Amino acid sequence: MPQSKPYSLYFILLIVVLLTCFLVNISFGSVSIPFTEVVHAILGKATEKASWAYIIWDYRIPKSLTAILVGSGLALSGLLMQTLFRNPLAGPFVLGISSGASLGAAILIMGASLFNGIFTFGIVNDISLALASSIGSFIVLLAVMVVASKIKDTMALLIIGLMFGSLTAAVVSVLSYFSTAEKLQQYIYWSFGSLGNLSWQQLLLLFIITVIGLTISILSIKPLNSLLLGENYARSMGVNIKRSRYSIIIATGLLAGGATAFAGPIAFIGLAVPHLTRQIFNTTDHRILLPAVMVYGAILMLICDTIAQWPASANVLPINAITSIIGAPIVIWLLVRKRKMVF
Amino acid sequence: MAAIIGVNGIGKSTLLRTLGKVQPKLYGKILLNKTPLEKLSHLKLATEISVVLTEPIASKNLTVWELVSLGRQPYTNWIGTLSEVDKEKVNAAIKMVDLTSLKLKKCYELSDGQLQKVMIARALAQDTSIILMDEPTSHLDLYHKVQILKLLQDIAHKTRKTILFTTHEIEIAIQLCDKMLILEKGKSAFGEPCELIENKNFDNLFPSDTITFDGNTGAFRVNR
Repeated sequence: MPQSKPYSLYFILLIVVLLTCFLVNISFGSVSIPFTEVVHAILGKATEKASWAYIIWDYRIPKSLTAILVGSGLALSGLLMQTLFRNPLAGPFVLGISSGASLGAAILIMGASLFNGIFTFGIVNDISLALASSIGSFIVLLAVMVVASKIKDTMALLIIGLMFGSLTAAVVSVLSYFSTAEKLQQYIYWSFGSLGNLSWQQLLLLFIITVIGLTISILSIKPLNSLLLGENYARSMGVNIKRSRYSIIIATGLLAGGATAFAGPIAFIGLAVPHLTRQIFNTTDHRILLPAVMVYGAILMLICDTIAQWPASANVLPINAITSIIGAPIVIWLLVRKRKMVF
Repeated sequence: MAAIIGVNGIGKSTLLRTLGKVQPKLYGKILLNKTPLEKLSHLKLATEISVVLTEPIASKNLTVWELVSLGRQPYTNWIGTLSEVDKEKVNAAIKMVDLTSLKLKKCYELSDGQLQKVMIARALAQDTSIILMDEPTSHLDLYHKVQILKLLQDIAHKTRKTILFTTHEIEIAIQLCDKMLILEKGKSAFGEPCELIENKNFDNLFPSDTITFDGNTGAFRVNR
């Protein structure tokens, strides 16, 4: 079919938009830096004030790159889950990844008070939080994988993922109940999500995790396409369903788990971007959708982060709220305009 | 072309799905060209047997062409690129079911009968010697039932493929099929429709106080 030409044009346009968003994103922040100086800093030239180059290289660029990685990773894992479960309501967190991360963070922050200080879980900082939340999501994911090997029905897996989510949410509630106001606030701050806390080393780690998740996803494109007809058809066309299901779950775990560990539980992107992309591209072919959702996810995340940064220049709004405030109207508008859901 | 018939719940679909390795067998042996079915990998099997099932497809946002081209998956590379040969086979399959004019339409725009033809074309594109179909004529009116079954007969005779399907359209099947398998509790009969009629295999298919079979016309009659 002659269909590749218009798509490549789309993609060039999208990349331009992405780069623009990236530039805009690093141009705004609590310290106002002239745009020409921003460009100078990126190009490695000397800036008027030495601190500007420092702000851009050690704060804004890592934050923008985090936004790109988190946005594209979450969007891709959302696509994987929606196709695997053939359910438009699925998102990157249906397997309990974010609730696992929340549990890890909650135990780290609030656990000590529950056990009357018998246990102390060490110092609460960005690194230990990232570690605790990734351990949490990894344990929940592992539990889901064990269950997945026992059951054949993928839909049952969806319900089980949701049950794990409720279970961990309940434990977090109990922890919150016994927690002090100060600890509770600390936990809530974590749950707002944050893109700005990554050092270059952490960023590199997130990048590696995302690339591994992406590679597994790319290798799963063919099974993903055949899953559009359902598992039985996919199997009849030679797909090893069990292995594909594992690969897709692992890829999702890496992508969504990595993003959550470093940036907190960021809602909405993973659910909305695949829908957004399907509406715009009007295709279900994962060879197109996979790169498309990643670029859209990155763009949307950058826009959200810019908005979170911008209005009150000294305060940064919680990114987790902005993604929904921006994203929900877009999806509603698209659905109303096209009058029909593409899935 | 061969039909599997029998009353509801006798196991027609179970048999068909087991033969296609869609579900695991309960017991017994299934051989495909002298190889046990479970020894064949799914990929190898996909080049031998294609299936058309009763379950609805998960996404109807594919075009006819895209859906049929998925049938080439066992032959394409790791990312599913279609070669010229693949494209030819897809076009030929679409032509065979007479849907060339609709090939760029999305599946949600099609009627049930057209969608069934698309699924048949997908099975054809998979290029297997055996096609298994589970109730290919359900949800269709009489005309479209006959149309689909005549199409299947045509395909089976022209391409020398084995088409095995389950159906409740016994009267149409008697007229069109080369072989029929009648499943009944305890005993099953397999043969050409005429033989089966002569052997009175159809007579006890349904309780005779409600429905009787007329061997002369090959039709069932409701007892008043």
